[in-house]
Amino acid sequence: MSVSEVEETIKRISAHKGVMGLIVVNSEGIPIKTTLDNSTTVQYAGLLHHLTSKARSVVRDIDPQNDLTFLRIRSKKHEIMVAPDKEYLLIVIQSSDTNQPLH
Amino acid sequence: MEIVYVYTKKRSEFGRQCNFTDRSAELHINIMPEESESENFIAKNPIDIGVQVSKEYSEHEVNTIRFETENRSINHVEGGWPKDVNPLEPEQTIRYRKKVEKDELYMNTVVQLGNVMEHVIKQNNAIDIYETYFDDMTNEEVEDLPTAKTINVFRDPNPVQRTANHISWYIDGPKKIAASYCNLEFKKARSDACVDSYIWDVENPNKPELTLKPISPLVCIEFNPKDTHVLVGGCYNGQVCIFDTRKGSQPVEISLIEKSHRDPAYKTMWVQSKTGSEFFSSSTDGQVLWWDYRKLQDPIETLILDREKKGDIKNAYGAMSLEYESTMPTKFMVGTEQGYIINCNRRGKSDAEKIAHIYPGHYGPVYALQRNPFFPKNFLTVGDWTARIWSEEIKEDCIMWTKFHMSYLSDAQWSPVRPGVFFTTKMDGTLDVWDFLFKQNDPTLNIQVCDEPLYCLRAQDHGRLIATGSQSGTITLLELSDNLCTMQRNEKNLVSTMFERETRREKILEGRIRELKLKEKEKAGGIHDGADKEKKDENAEEASLKEVDPIEKAEKDFFKIVEEEKAKRKKKMDQNESNTENQTEKNEEKQN
Repeated sequence: MSVSEVEETIKRISAHKGVMGLIVVNSEGIPIKTTLDNSTTVQYAGLLHHLTSKARSVVRDIDPQNDLTFLRIRSKKHEIMVAPDKEYLLIVIQSSDTNQPLH
Repeated sequence: MEIVYVYTKKRSEFGRQCNFTDRSAELHINIMPEESESENFIAKNPIDIGVQVSKEYSEHEVNTIRFETENRSINHVEGGWPKDVNPLEPEQTIRYRKKVEKDELYMNTVVQLGNVMEHVIKQNNAIDIYETYFDDMTNEEVEDLPTAKTINVFRDPNPVQRTANHISWYIDGPKKIAASYCNLEFKKARSDACVDSYIWDVENPNKPELTLKPISPLVCIEFNPKDTHVLVGGCYNGQVCIFDTRKGSQPVEISLIEKSHRDPAYKTMWVQSKTGSEFFSSSTDGQVLWWDYRKLQDPIETLILDREKKGDIKNAYGAMSLEYESTMPTKFMVGTEQGYIINCNRRGKSDAEKIAHIYPGHYGPVYALQRNPFFPKNFLTVGDWTARIWSEEIKEDCIMWTKFHMSYLSDAQWSPVRPGVFFTTKMDGTLDVWDFLFKQNDPTLNIQVCDEPLYCLRAQDHGRLIATGSQSGTITLLELSDNLCTMQRNEKNLVSTMFERETRREKILEGRIRELKLKEKEKAGGIHDGADKEKKDENAEEASLKEVDPIEKAEKDFFKIVEEEKAKRKKKMDQNESNTENQTEKNEEKQN
């Protein structure tokens, strides 16, 4: 694994139609890598980190052997997709209507 | 008859445990039925018994605990960084991020999660599962009964009752209403009465949002369509004043009393202008004045509604209502106290030119006057017991009218969204909604808003909300059902054709009347000879009836003389005519 390979993955994802932003957040909620501006990133990172840990605990409470693998939030303007892992979260914001801006 | 049974027990056995045993029944007494008593009874067949089967209800009252709200807030700050990293130092955070990015675990995770994510993104882009089908379908028209419901009631907080004379809606959405309060009853205005008027928040009926404190009670109030903070009010003493909601309750500008109206300034209206600061006002003193609120010392322009068009205020009609359509900025209309409707043009050079036409109108003051927002050629007036719709082309009569109601009409307005709908208020406290495409004889909806007379009404620009003001100063806010405030299919065309048809009908009638008048004139020449003879006979009869009543006699004598004089004149004229006729005949004969 190399740094360039990571970069390439991020670029590839960002190039997809409707993708408006990508954020990688660590287990503390700190954004490590982002394609958005700082304030938006911090907001998304803080809030989604919370929500994802809540969602994960819900899934585990229902069945301790189960685990959260993906979280999709469909809103009027976007779809927020969260891919969780033990240490990091990958957040992608995709517009529901491809013509709309982020805010 | 007394029945006594004595039960005895030894003193020594008191309190001892009972020992029950079975034994046969013994008869102590036997009362036989008495035959004589039975004769007193009357057998009844069938028997009437009242039985009631109904649910029983009970009434309970529960007072729920009041729901209290308070504002709280949390300040979020960025956190979660390791202890040795200061999040406010960009250098440190960047260094930390770089470090993490080189971490093997990080790289593995991102690549792995990236694959999962890419799969999902591709899914999303492949098919839109949230696609809305039939997006371009229009809603089926709902055929519900028209209704209206009261949303809020705003009571005048003042103990001395005053009438709510005029209401104005806030321009930007249905948030606020301004209402003017003034007692207009003759000699009922008390010197100690409150002069305040209010701006209400539509959501809060408990307390007015702003109290306006003019020097004399307001009879009308109007929000400026260009600047929502500015209002113009017409005072009872004839002055006009400007309020600015940013600058508190006191008026910011007041016109000079000697340059103002001499009667209450019944109507004020904002005029289309570049600065949005011009308005005009009218009063029963017969003047229409134009103002600019940046310099209220003098009116910009004055028009006296003189019926002889000479600018004499003694002959002027008193103005009760005004109409101004911003799409026709030079034209305006005035409804007068005497029941006439005056169509005016501001561009005219003299007063005579400004008064374009005077329509005959109502048997009393014209309380409301408005052009149809969709067909400005047609206008609505309200006065006496009717509402009338006019066409500008028909100068003599209205094209449509309602029947005479049992109580006076006080105000009316077109629906801002439907060309064929208008609202009227009546003195019996009812609000009528007319949809004349649906029904012409009766209102589509009649609502008893309150038990006291309603004096004004104003519909919000979306046409759904209507505010009405009553005699005791209560403003009721009503919401209409959907079908009364959504344009029906093809409505505009239908209304247009209806107006045209009625106009045509009036035109034909007008032409017919003119024709009849002409014919009568023509006939009048031929009839005279016969009429004279009849009259002579009558005179003879009258002469024979002597010695009746001295007054009657005097009257008869008077009319006799008049009649004789008339007859003489006519004879002369006839002779003249016949002479000329004879001459022409002779001439013709000669020619032949």
